[in-house]
Amino acid sequence: MSTAAQASTISQPRFAGNSEASRSGIWVAVFAITMSFAALTSALYVRQGSSDWSHIVVPPILYLNTLALLLSSLTMEIARRAKVRDLELTPSSLASPLAWLAATLALGMAFVAGQFFAWRQLAAQGLFLATNPNSSFLYVLTGLHAIHVLAGIAALVFLLGLMAGSHLTFRRHLLDNTAVYWHFMALLWLYLLFVIRTRL
Amino acid sequence: MEQTPVQASHVHAPPQGFLRKYVFSLDHKMIGKQYYGLALIAVFTGMALSWLMRFHLVWPDAKIPLLGSLAKTGAPGGVITPEYYLSLLTMHGTLMVFFVLTNAPFAGFGNYFLPIQIGAEDMAFPRFNMMSFWTTFLAFLVLIAAFFIPDGPPISGWTAYAPLSAIGKDAGPGLGWGQNLWAISIALFCVGQLLGSLNFIATTLDLRAKGMTLMRMPICTWAWFITSCIGLLAFAVLLPACLLLILDKTAGTSFFIPSGLVVSDRLQPHAGGSPLLWQHLFWFFGHPEVYIAILPAMGIVSHVLVTSMRKPLLSAKVIIYSMISIGFLSYMVWGHHMFVSGMNPFSSLLFSFPTLTITIPATIMTLIWLGSLYGANIRITAASLFALGFVSMFVSGGVSGFFLAQPSIDIYLHATYFVVGHFHMVMGVAAIFGILSGTYFWFPKMTGRMMNETLGKLHFWITFIGTYCIFMPFHYLGMVGNVRRLASFVNDFMPPLMPVHKFVTIAALITGAGQFIFLYNLIHSRFRGAPATENPWEGTSLEWTIPSPPPWNNFGDRPVVVYHDAHQIGVKGSKGDFVMQDSPEQLPAT
Repeated sequence: MSTAAQASTISQPRFAGNSEASRSGIWVAVFAITMSFAALTSALYVRQGSSDWSHIVVPPILYLNTLALLLSSLTMEIARRAKVRDLELTPSSLASPLAWLAATLALGMAFVAGQFFAWRQLAAQGLFLATNPNSSFLYVLTGLHAIHVLAGIAALVFLLGLMAGSHLTFRRHLLDNTAVYWHFMALLWLYLLFVIRTRL
Repeated sequence: MEQTPVQASHVHAPPQGFLRKYVFSLDHKMIGKQYYGLALIAVFTGMALSWLMRFHLVWPDAKIPLLGSLAKTGAPGGVITPEYYLSLLTMHGTLMVFFVLTNAPFAGFGNYFLPIQIGAEDMAFPRFNMMSFWTTFLAFLVLIAAFFIPDGPPISGWTAYAPLSAIGKDAGPGLGWGQNLWAISIALFCVGQLLGSLNFIATTLDLRAKGMTLMRMPICTWAWFITSCIGLLAFAVLLPACLLLILDKTAGTSFFIPSGLVVSDRLQPHAGGSPLLWQHLFWFFGHPEVYIAILPAMGIVSHVLVTSMRKPLLSAKVIIYSMISIGFLSYMVWGHHMFVSGMNPFSSLLFSFPTLTITIPATIMTLIWLGSLYGANIRITAASLFALGFVSMFVSGGVSGFFLAQPSIDIYLHATYFVVGHFHMVMGVAAIFGILSGTYFWFPKMTGRMMNETLGKLHFWITFIGTYCIFMPFHYLGMVGNVRRLASFVNDFMPPLMPVHKFVTIAALITGAGQFIFLYNLIHSRFRGAPATENPWEGTSLEWTIPSPPPWNNFGDRPVVVYHDAHQIGVKGSKGDFVMQDSPEQLPAT
């Protein structure tokens, strides 16, 4: 074999905020979060074998929240598909994705507010964290998911700040990575809703 | 040949000021040293705890000076109570497994050398890297705080088995706030390790220099990469498990606490939880954790052996594939810690098979090390001695694993000193030998000064003979039936074992004292050691192409291009019997 360097597929490391590394990073994070929730849901499956397992009527507002989160995923995708590239940015080319991202942020915040409302409804029914195993899992799963959504919201705020501030500081991969994470949040929520709906 | 264009902007600017340079540093080298320093504090603390335990076992009535004032309830008048013995044991295990065996070989050396070995300027996410260390440091402080609260440290062992770990004060001293601090500390530790693993994976995948293909990476880079993949999955499971434990402790939930549990004459107000669930979640992390400790050591030892033997390993590729299969299999064996837990016996059988299978890649690696050593004219240094010691310990400790993997034998040996001997040798001492080998090997690169070789060799022989004297008798004690975690010898058959225990304690005191030679060597050489050249061991990987110690941006503004495999040793090159990875010279045809 020739000893010449095989350079074509090797990335360039010396660039602030390496885009490929942060793309790998976001997927690795998605993988780790998936693993955590897989652990929690397998704990749920083990725990449901016991005699004190009862049934919880899921607060209907969860479906409304689901709709908000799915819509936010859609607006996020529209923002992501905007044809903006790092070196060809102008304030006007960012206007459309900026608006769609703002919509995503609003819907995301509506989702978290809705989840909060669902907890209030559960509490009004006398269902608290320690009431029974079903309510424990419901609070833990929705609570941890909401924390992860809040992290996504923080990323959206950061991104909007960058885009609104100066088009020169914006980087395409930040938008792509936030979109990956945001879609993952929606997907994770559908899975959790399925588990909550069928098992709790 | 086209050269890599150098971008003007760096991952981060050269650090200015004391805080940015030494405390909240973004530089992977400083963060690596911080991890190593934390591990050093943890290992001497853990060792002191083991001394106290060994001392108490053979001289139960002896008053230990100062201890009485440090632990007023745990050791009134300096005499350790049985409960405090369990506290010491819990803290010893937790410190050693998490803050030493995970921190030093993986986070410490990995942070320092992984970016350099792949030709990168820093980790992919320097800020996450800094957060990773400081979260781990916070975790350490929270854990140590358990010594200073009235409740004292938990008595539940480093595995914190539920339900006793989950119900609080009723279960015993230290299980109130002591156990809470433990769980919070481990949860924080998980966050730190997750951030670190994420960084390692992204860095390895995307920041390799031109020409650094995956198979050209040194074996230890591979080991850190595989370890970070294992760590990502393992700590992602331990984190929610700790969270559920904290909820059971503080919020009244019943994830792990069964119904009708009466502890200390009090019916526990919990229902329906599953103590086995904790064991499953814990060991799903716990077994991979063993490989998180040992894989980096395997990588370091392979790296040191190649350089010392002056010839390549029989097959570096097979070592890498073996490490990958170990990483993969490590997720299928956790049930072998639970053979006596009341789990379905058929599950035991299912967990036994992969447990025995995992010995195959481990054996292949050992045979490659031994086969490569055959006929090699090895350079005897402190680093290579500890690498050889690693192979020895790994074999001696690994062999007892064959026995423990069989459910029928494990039922007899479970929770005896046999198990303690097994994991201390194969996971504890072997991994420590890997860390020490790496320390003697890389110290010149990290500080620009050589360590004292005579003291290093003396340190090796004391440690090597000493650890065998400590842990070999454990196997015998276990086979006789000496149960672990007992603070005194209550049963009739136990007092005759006392001479063995005395021998072990004396060996532990001497071996531990020998470690101060290392500490002296480390500190003295840091300031007074002979100056080190760029490549004192005539290694070939990229860390030996830059000054000792490396500048803040590793390679300066020099573009890094890699032309060869990592271990071109034993070939004729322009510098001697080796060709550097970034040297464009052609290799002679083989």
